Amino acid sequence: MNSLLRTTSAPVFPDARGRYGTFGGRYVPETLVPALDRLQAGVDQYLHSADFQSEFVHELKTWVGRPTALSYAPTLSKRWGAQVWLKREDLAHTGAHKINNAVGQILLAKRLGAKRIIAETGAGQHGVASAAAAARLGMPCVVYMGAVDVERQAPNVGRMHLLGAKVVPVTGGDATLRAAIDEALRDWVSDPDGTYYCLGSAVGPHPYPYLVRELQSVIGREARAQMLEQAGGLPDVAVACVGGGSNAIGLFHPFLGDAAVKLLGVEAGGRGTGLGDNAASLTSGTPGVLQGSYTLILQDAYGQVQETHSVSAGLDYSGVGPEHAYLMTSKRVAYESVMDEEALDALAECAKFEGILTAIESAHAFYGARRYAKAHPGAKILIGCSGRGDKDMPILQRTLLKDL
Amino acid sequence: MMKEAPASAPRDSISAAIRAAAATGRPALVGFLTAGFPTRRGFKENLAAVADECDVVEIGVPFTDPMADGTTIQRASFAALADGVTLPWILEELAGLNPRHTAPTLLMSYLNPLLKFGLDKLPRAAASAGVAGFIVPDLPYEESGDLKSALDGEGLALVQMVTPVTPPQRLNMLCREARGFVYAVTMTGTTGTLQGPAAELPPDVLEYMDRVRSCSTAPVCAGFGIRSREQVARFTGHADGVVVGSALVEVLERGGDVRAFLRSLRGP
Repeated sequence: MNSLLRTTSAPVFPDARGRYGTFGGRYVPETLVPALDRLQAGVDQYLHSADFQSEFVHELKTWVGRPTALSYAPTLSKRWGAQVWLKREDLAHTGAHKINNAVGQILLAKRLGAKRIIAETGAGQHGVASAAAAARLGMPCVVYMGAVDVERQAPNVGRMHLLGAKVVPVTGGDATLRAAIDEALRDWVSDPDGTYYCLGSAVGPHPYPYLVRELQSVIGREARAQMLEQAGGLPDVAVACVGGGSNAIGLFHPFLGDAAVKLLGVEAGGRGTGLGDNAASLTSGTPGVLQGSYTLILQDAYGQVQETHSVSAGLDYSGVGPEHAYLMTSKRVAYESVMDEEALDALAECAKFEGILTAIESAHAFYGARRYAKAHPGAKILIGCSGRGDKDMPILQRTLLKDL
Repeated sequence: MMKEAPASAPRDSISAAIRAAAATGRPALVGFLTAGFPTRRGFKENLAAVADECDVVEIGVPFTDPMADGTTIQRASFAALADGVTLPWILEELAGLNPRHTAPTLLMSYLNPLLKFGLDKLPRAAASAGVAGFIVPDLPYEESGDLKSALDGEGLALVQMVTPVTPPQRLNMLCREARGFVYAVTMTGTTGTLQGPAAELPPDVLEYMDRVRSCSTAPVCAGFGIRSREQVARFTGHADGVVVGSALVEVLERGGDVRAFLRSLRGP
């Protein structure tokens, strides 16, 4: 089992400058350069050290509840004419994959001597995960959250309060995830020495996309071993939703070296293809610099970053992790988008036939997988079920449940 | 392909203006205004007022994600965007000035609007509009090679920022590479963090300025949190110039007298 858990592809990227091909890099105010240098030194020194790994693995096992299950989905398999397997990150503590990263980063923050944790959140899952991990590890935590998201993900705001975090609503800019990241960066600029910024997705300046990928790759390593053990072989395709792209890179990365395994990332197609109607930065974006990284972003003719739309707060972001931009241009991973209505339809189907209420984010991956199954009968499909949908009840009340 | 910089590069006008002012025994005044704020219509008039009263003008190109800016400049930036301000519009307005202002002009822009404009076209378009240099707050030295060599072709400055947390070795390196002037950020934080007349700059700010100056052959200007005559006066002998940004944008925001405010900073 242990030999199956190691990453099978050599981690070629990022290079020394934090580049994934042409993407990535470190575009931040000068004030943050020493802080990122310190973070890089900490990552180099601790991340793969035996001492850090043993503490991290211990927390993942005894507190997060890892390994998460790999579930066969018999009814979806029958309905879609495929073999459908679900990697159940919804079963991880706090209800999504976000906790893997939060625990890892806050353990790192303690080693770096940080006095407080700040985090941003979109759907609230990373905020809840950071609040929980900070409480567990005895650190004060402030979470920046767009005012629009505070409203549409209200249950998570209450959870963060109970977990001892201070939630700061952000009204500037688009008042969603992007504005929350801007505000967290401003906080960090004000106290680059004492504050640790626990960034929640595989985005931002180097080394964050790398750090987050390394911490989230536990998803793909487990899933790969579980597929071999339970399904008798690797999947034909692994499917994950992509907002910033942390659960997708975590699922995909350990499969990069398996040439026979197709990888499919699913973005939020929102309500249409027009600028502002979706959050599909890979399939509709153009290269640019946003929040520390050169990547694919949704922008207008003047380089102004566009507001996005998605029914799912966790995918509602104008950029994407630079490694995904690289994996798309290198054609190793295919990316598609799924509309709001399609995602909700897939959510309802999975709930009704498999007894799993997924997050609306994850439901995008389910719909993408269903579409893949129709085109590839009999395919063995692994879906990253990145989180559970309890937090989405307010929006589900207004959509799927509105006529009840 | 890179062109040779002209014998007298536009960027030299920046350091010359700062040194000339500093030679009179007071720090040069660098005034910042967000382009097209509070309205596009009033831009030329506001610019004229700032250019008349200041030694150097810094024009902010609005951006949707101004991560280094505090609430005042964020507000101005969003308002200007809502009013339709773009980089091409700004360059057109500047190119149309006749006569041009004598105070050298810099553009402060986050990187993405510059990338979208095109680094191949930007230097020529900026030089033709009378721009002498750029300040790019989200472009650290390590990522600045492409823009710097593009601007070099037209003799334009890329102003380097340094901060109180910049380690000594890096400070030396950054100052050595500086063009136009060194922008010494007075504190960790965003622009406009300090509010109100009683707001205090860090107690060791003057020692820090002396340290930066000892590393730099280019003039050194202090920026962030400077909003009163007393503060400007304190920098005499410690900085070649001071940047006044959020405080000036606040005057624009409330429709105040820009000239009177800037004169009030110069002392009796």
